[in-house]
Amino acid sequence: MARKMWMRGTIAAVSAAAMLALGACSSEPASEESGGSESAEGSGGDELISIGFSQVGAESGWRAANTQSIQDTLTEENGFDLSFSDAQQKQENQIQALRSYIQQGVDVLAFSPVVETGWDAVLEEAKTAGIPVILTDRAVDSEDETLYESFIGSDFVLEGEMAGEWAVEQYDGEGYKMVELQGTTGSAPAIDRKEGFGTAIEGSDIEVIDSQTGNFTRTEGKQVMEGFLQKYDDIDLVFAHNDDMGLGAIEAIEAAGMTPGEDIKIITIDAVKDGMQALADGKINYIVECNPLLGPDLAEVAQKVVAGEEVEKRIVVEDLAFDQEAAVEALPDRQY
Amino acid sequence: MPATTGSRTRPAGPTGLRNLTHHTLFWPVVALVALLVANTIFSPDFLSVSILDGHLFGAPIDILRNSAPLLLVSLGMTLVIATRGIDLSVGAVVAIAGALSLSFIATAPDPGAVSTVIIAIAIALGLCLVLGIWNGFLVSVVGIQPIIATLILMTAGRGVAMLITEGQITTVTSAPFKTLGAGFWLGLPAAALIAYGVYLIVALITRRSALGMLVEAVGINPSASRLAGVRARTIVWTVFALSGLFSGLAGLILASNVMAADANNAGLFIELDAILAVVIGGTSLQGGKFSLSGTLVGVLIITTLTLTVTIVGISPLVTPLFKALVVIAVTLLQSPRVRDKLAARARQRAARPEEVAA
Repeated sequence: MARKMWMRGTIAAVSAAAMLALGACSSEPASEESGGSESAEGSGGDELISIGFSQVGAESGWRAANTQSIQDTLTEENGFDLSFSDAQQKQENQIQALRSYIQQGVDVLAFSPVVETGWDAVLEEAKTAGIPVILTDRAVDSEDETLYESFIGSDFVLEGEMAGEWAVEQYDGEGYKMVELQGTTGSAPAIDRKEGFGTAIEGSDIEVIDSQTGNFTRTEGKQVMEGFLQKYDDIDLVFAHNDDMGLGAIEAIEAAGMTPGEDIKIITIDAVKDGMQALADGKINYIVECNPLLGPDLAEVAQKVVAGEEVEKRIVVEDLAFDQEAAVEALPDRQY
Repeated sequence: MPATTGSRTRPAGPTGLRNLTHHTLFWPVVALVALLVANTIFSPDFLSVSILDGHLFGAPIDILRNSAPLLLVSLGMTLVIATRGIDLSVGAVVAIAGALSLSFIATAPDPGAVSTVIIAIAIALGLCLVLGIWNGFLVSVVGIQPIIATLILMTAGRGVAMLITEGQITTVTSAPFKTLGAGFWLGLPAAALIAYGVYLIVALITRRSALGMLVEAVGINPSASRLAGVRARTIVWTVFALSGLFSGLAGLILASNVMAADANNAGLFIELDAILAVVIGGTSLQGGKFSLSGTLVGVLIITTLTLTVTIVGISPLVTPLFKALVVIAVTLLQSPRVRDKLAARARQRAARPEEVAA
């Protein structure tokens, strides 16, 4: 084991030297930058930290707020030179973006992985090039934890648990029948939120009568809810894995002549602006926040990594939760 | 109505039955009826329609309303495919229409005014018509192959939609606009009335005038039809323009259904659903003869299938597989070659069992 590590270390060092040599004989700025990443260990001085960030896409309001936060924090005034790219929800785009950042010789790589698997090769390349990697929002499923420095993001299982605990606290003992609108099949938030919620309602008399994917979108959330309303006439509670599907469900419930928030209670996760508005209007009953403002945390970790300081492998972003009254209070100062 | 088709097979004699089973639409209709029956088994009052707040309510009404956008897109697609073309850009046009109309309403001083909504709809439809004309120009004048010409807009279009919405999901509150997708006229969903109205108009124009025949002529042999005096270029141009316009209308209905313009997901893969609906309906991708009633059945099958997944409770993990199996079953049953082989095999089975290399 130790031998293997040593071997890997040597290979990394040799390749890094090769990279450096290559950088030196190509263009000027590149050699400067790769030199920067090597010498950063000790200095971390007042020159800009170049950071390459590959975003999942712009698929939801949450993601837009997340992008905004990163772009607003990693500015030149704060000592960063940010290169930002949008992968449009495709892994191959993301891998391409990461490769081009590695070739440019950025100081730090950061990205929100579209899916959990398939990252080992490109992360090895980053490691070989001596570029530290920070994951935001979503994790990768890799056995080798040395491939990245830190993972900043919410704990999706905990979010599911918070939602479930509130449901138990409010509705246990009334024999509620619940339907679930799942996120995109196979995505980490969908798997973890389902698991967390399931654990929290164990032992209560809330019964999950059906669960179907709404793909995190309003249109599909509405369609699936329409189906549920046809199939069952005794739904008391909806748990949607994100606000958008919950908002779709509201449309379906209203179209069926019922009052969302009263006849059928709704619990969602995310707390984007439209969701909070619906909560304040009494159409949703409870929202667990999934904090998209990861920019400041990312900036801090990036600075530490470049300065060679130790960082925690897992940084959990604190999530709040809102009921209807809290939403009315929070809404005016809401940034996203 | 489709339910009666099944029961009518029994009283008919052997030749009548044979003619019926050989009708191109027989198997698609059987598939649709089978889906409806499956839904009724899992949810006994599936087909019941009640009156709620002065309008009709029930699963069949949901199917009618949810089929509206796909019907509009497929309608344009049928005409384009009939001229030997294909329009891959419809999904992107759907996204652009939603993005443009909602962004306009969101920035207007009075989002709830009828005039604002009418202007928004007019602007969006206008742009979509222009996009359709652009596709038609590339295909009929410049002579680019349709699949490539429309691929350009398919790729660029979502970017345009993202540009309009600035990467956000635009949400508005506007009662008149909401009527378009979620409202009711005369007790029926407005979206369905619009889509089926457009469908009827197109069906009347193509089948009551010579236009349908001209479209088919261009699809069967463009050069021959041109030599025979058909204005092939104008016809191709027109069908692409119509496809753009209908996709725009579909985009407005989709955006209005949830009152949000999602540049990434609105109409995503609708081009594939539309092509599928056209093919299930028996229109050949090689151009030529087209069947609008077939497209309608195809659209209803796809919309019902989506609802069936929820009603029957198919696990999300196997939903794509389930949908694929239904589609394979329908297309195989429709294929004369497969049917002949099956029949031949049944006849030969007694004499000598034989492997069918399908």
